[in-house]
Amino acid sequence: MPESSLEIKDTSCSSSRYRMSSLRQYSQSSVLPLPMTRNPYNMPTISAFCTEDNVSECISYINREVSSLGFPLLCTESNNGPELNLVDVLNNVYNLLQLHRRCLQTVEDIEVEQVKSNSNMDYLQLSNTRLKDQLELSKRENTGLLERERQLQLKVKSLHNCLKNEKEEVQKLQSIIASRATQYNHDMKRKEREFGKLKERLNQLLIDKKDKKQTFEVLNYVGRSDGKRSLWKTGKTEARHEGEMYKTLLNDYDSRHKDLLMENAELKKVLQQMKRDMVTILSPRKHSQSGEKHDDSLEQTSSEEDEVCDSSRESLELSCEHAREQLTNSIRQQWRRLKSHVERLDSQASLVGERANMNAIPKEVHEQEMDRLKLEIQQYKDFIHTQQQLLQQQLNSPCDDETASLLNDCYMQEEKERLKEDWKSFEEKRKNFEAERRNFTEAAIRLSHERKAFEEDRATWLKHQFLNLTPFGDQMKPQMSKSQSALSGWAESKVRPVSTPAKLNKSLSHTAFSTSRASPAKTPSTADLYRTHRLIPEKSPSTIHPKQDSSILRNGDIPAQLRHVNGGANC
Amino acid sequence: MNFSEVFKQSNQLCRVSPDGKYLATCVQYRLVVRDVNTLQILHLYTCLDQIVHMEWSSDSLFILCAMYKRGLVQVWSLEQPDWYCKIDEGSIGLVSSRWSPDGRHILNTTEFHLRVTVWSLCTKAVSYIKYPKACQKGIDFSRDGCYMALAERRDCRDYVSVFVCDDWHLLRHFETETQDLAGVEWSPNGCVLAVWDSCLEYKVLLYSLDGRLLSTFSAYEWSLGIKSLAWSPSSQFLAIGSYDGKVRILNHITWKKVTEFDHPATINNTKAVVYKEVERKPVVGSADLSIQHHITMGSTLFNTQSKYEICPLPVQVPVVKPDLDRANPKVGVSSMAFSSDNRYLATKNGGFQVQSVTWHCSGDSLILLGKEQLCLCYMEVGEEEEEEDDDVK
Repeated sequence: MPESSLEIKDTSCSSSRYRMSSLRQYSQSSVLPLPMTRNPYNMPTISAFCTEDNVSECISYINREVSSLGFPLLCTESNNGPELNLVDVLNNVYNLLQLHRRCLQTVEDIEVEQVKSNSNMDYLQLSNTRLKDQLELSKRENTGLLERERQLQLKVKSLHNCLKNEKEEVQKLQSIIASRATQYNHDMKRKEREFGKLKERLNQLLIDKKDKKQTFEVLNYVGRSDGKRSLWKTGKTEARHEGEMYKTLLNDYDSRHKDLLMENAELKKVLQQMKRDMVTILSPRKHSQSGEKHDDSLEQTSSEEDEVCDSSRESLELSCEHAREQLTNSIRQQWRRLKSHVERLDSQASLVGERANMNAIPKEVHEQEMDRLKLEIQQYKDFIHTQQQLLQQQLNSPCDDETASLLNDCYMQEEKERLKEDWKSFEEKRKNFEAERRNFTEAAIRLSHERKAFEEDRATWLKHQFLNLTPFGDQMKPQMSKSQSALSGWAESKVRPVSTPAKLNKSLSHTAFSTSRASPAKTPSTADLYRTHRLIPEKSPSTIHPKQDSSILRNGDIPAQLRHVNGGANC
Repeated sequence: MNFSEVFKQSNQLCRVSPDGKYLATCVQYRLVVRDVNTLQILHLYTCLDQIVHMEWSSDSLFILCAMYKRGLVQVWSLEQPDWYCKIDEGSIGLVSSRWSPDGRHILNTTEFHLRVTVWSLCTKAVSYIKYPKACQKGIDFSRDGCYMALAERRDCRDYVSVFVCDDWHLLRHFETETQDLAGVEWSPNGCVLAVWDSCLEYKVLLYSLDGRLLSTFSAYEWSLGIKSLAWSPSSQFLAIGSYDGKVRILNHITWKKVTEFDHPATINNTKAVVYKEVERKPVVGSADLSIQHHITMGSTLFNTQSKYEICPLPVQVPVVKPDLDRANPKVGVSSMAFSSDNRYLATKNGGFQVQSVTWHCSGDSLILLGKEQLCLCYMEVGEEEEEEDDDVK
């Protein structure tokens, strides 16, 4: 029973609440506001719910509520009027108290649970942040370890290379050692063999004891190859030999010395030649660039003179070291100057090249321009001359008045004919425009009629709507606005096709809509107009314009005639 | 080109006299002297044993025939055919024998290089030189024939003695800073003596005629060093060929390296011209062709015709990797020769089968002698100094 009552209570909770709220509203709307107090449960209670007046109503109301909750009724209808059954009332109170207690219990439970879940959530958040921190830390550690690993791998590679190199060196040394060892062994064996032979020989000699002496047999002694007689070996000969030896050596040194001297002299000549060439190369430039480098040139010419003197001195003291140094120093100096000069020239050339590009072109093309201009002048002169001649002819033939007038007429005739044709075309156009204008006025009139009819329709429709009013009054408003906007759009659509033909006038400018529709020489048919009527309401409905004139004024460049037309249509 | 008939010889002993008039060949124990133009036998001498070494004297008057086994040297005269000279070394043995530059003295090196005996044909004087060194080139005469440099080794140290060839007077005797002296060579002007160390150490010492050390040169350490050495005819350059396949050239003023030549396996230098032997037509053998016919046919006698064509660069030179485990491996620049006009240097690197490289005195052509072949290379007189790589197989 209590469960069912609870269920009923649950299901009907919303309805009861709603009823409560509706009752409250009703009570608020129909009855004066009751004093509200707040009890510990923060529930607004109406202290004066039941007064002497409305007891029966209260009873019936309470009965209703209680019956909905499943409790026995408070009172029963009897002959004397509604009577309160005390037992039932107490039971109901008791039941209500129980219910209340149960509710409180559940509220407590829920609150406990909420606290628990809050704490759980806090804990989870904390652990989440902690884990995130841990993850960050471990990621950093990982990158650090990767970096270390990479470095170690590099080291390993380099060590491998070192090891390879060392191995190669070791192998090379081993091969060297091996070859030396074989050579030593070979030599050892050879020496041993020789030693063995010696031993054998010694043995043989000792055994034999026959010493075969050396003999020298010759029939007769021959003379020396150079025919001279041989000399005794004396100290003099020794000295002579020494002398001869030193002579050969000295001769050799002398010849080498001569060769070197010759080489030296040649090289010196070459260097001097180079120096002279460099000086000559540098000096004329200096004379030409008088303005900027005046000071430099002075200084340099003085140094050049010094150098010239030096060269003469040098030629005298060829082998002197001082002279040699001077020569080399001067050569170096000249070379440096030449280098700087060349660099300067290069930079100057680049600069001058740019400037010269600007100045030189007119200089070069100046001639061409002159020729061309001269030619043109000549041509113009000829032209003028011919013109003059013609003019003279013209002037010199006054007797030919007729012909002159005829000629004039001829010229004018052409123009006149052209003008006539233009006039014709203009007239045609004007007629067309008039016709169009007429059509538009008719259309405008029609439009106003239609508008009127439409207004009447709208009014009737609105009335209908209003009469079929439903409690859902809110839904009326958007519909009303929609209909209003539709009407406004339609009204606008009536305005717009009026304006679009106006724009066909070439003097008028376009606005947003009409560009697609305006084909210059064509007048739109009524079908087009209706199409536009139908088309435009589907597009954006804009806000309502209370007056039609304002919409016309939007397209500000429509001429006064149309405005007048619209105004006429409106009124 | 005409070809003569084929003559017998033994031990590759076949020498033209220095004056170019006679040709001497040895056949076993006989010495045959012919006229160069007619190839007629002028003299015929008989020695006591098989001739192992034969040498003309410098004035083309005498021929030396050495028989090492018997320790005998016999000298024959061309002017006087019945003149004779016999030198018997006796029990001391004979290892090498040679003329002195004046053509009147004979230097015999005894067995075990105990001493060098200088026998004179003019006088009764005999000179003994002790402790000669047994090395690649222990004795060298200067070009003018005045001086002789001899390498000696005493008490595990190397010395060089300079003798005056006139009377074999010891001019200078000095110690060299070598570990194991391998050779001595005079410069063509006779003023500088180049002394080089064995292959275990790269070292060249340059001494002046009076025994002063002028300079040393060492390109690198530890690896095998100098294999060959050559002076340029003007004495301006000294070419050193080493086991690393490079030739280094020193100049005579500073004795520092002027340039270095390499022998790469791939020739890429745009200035190099590579000739490659291309064709070899086989011998057209015909049994009924007589000798006379061969002679009249002339150049077609030896029908192996080869053609040389210029290979486009880069050229890969075929290299046989030699056995590096053996002593004195067949790597490195083994022979070099300057042309007489100082312009060209011919070098042989690696294990190519070329025994000797000799220039013609005009400097225009080059003779390459192999074991079984010989090749003449004619140079077109060019402007740059080139190095010709040896690529005849």
